Amino acid sequence: MSSAIFEPGLNHFLVVSALLFSLGVMAVLSKRNVIMVLMGVELILNSANINLIAFSRFTELSLDGQMIGLFVIIIAAAEAAVALAIVLNVYNRFKTINLDEINLLKG
Amino acid sequence: MELTTILFYLFALVTLGSAATMVFSKNIVHSAFALMFTLMGVAALYVLLYADFLAATQLLVYVGGILILILFGVMLTSQGYTLSFKTITVNLIPASLISVGIAALLIFAFLTTDWTISEVAERTDTVYDLGMLLMGDYILPFIAVGVLLLIAIIGAILMSTRLSAENEGVS
Repeated sequence: MSSAIFEPGLNHFLVVSALLFSLGVMAVLSKRNVIMVLMGVELILNSANINLIAFSRFTELSLDGQMIGLFVIIIAAAEAAVALAIVLNVYNRFKTINLDEINLLKG
Repeated sequence: MELTTILFYLFALVTLGSAATMVFSKNIVHSAFALMFTLMGVAALYVLLYADFLAATQLLVYVGGILILILFGVMLTSQGYTLSFKTITVNLIPASLISVGIAALLIFAFLTTDWTISEVAERTDTVYDLGMLLMGDYILPFIAVGVLLLIAIIGAILMSTRLSAENEGVS
């Protein structure tokens, strides 16, 4: 019986995704490089996806969870393409991608 | 212990370890490569959850697409000839407090909630069912996402070409 708690169940995947989410939040909050912030956003999206697919495996949700995960991956691809184009434009204009130095809109 | 149990802990360790490497590394190129191992570990976790098509999609779209895009971004925005790939970390204490708080809150919420778990039968492959769903119940989101991708591609191309046109005008 003692090995049953180590068997990977729903809670194990949820804990992994929670830790991944907090690491992504850490990257978003503490990095000043735009590309590092983007990578943190990718981590957050991946942790949400793990949750969706874990619920689709262990509950009545069945394939609907995988479907939503598929759409999340597609939207993440679109987001990354547009965000990188914006970053290149910002670099062209300000010659930096340091978030602290891009403060043109600050009063 | 069963093989799947060992594999789960192995891939969870790979995922979380390389995610931590990504966040705490000072070199942005190292971060990008650590992100690659994180994404691969997540794909392996998808396989353990019987989501084989999503694992393949994860590898193709994330590792093959988004990660290459991010590496291009790193290369194109490295400043000057010194190639300084260092990333600056600020707000270290508030950021770590907030993220530890979020992790504790989420884990507490996950572990104390009484989920109604229903054991589904082991799936062999999901591609057929996903395709039927995509052409049936999910046809409207499918079309909307297609339009979204088209708009994103057009927007990205427009922004990039305007960028090179400006460069030519200046020089």
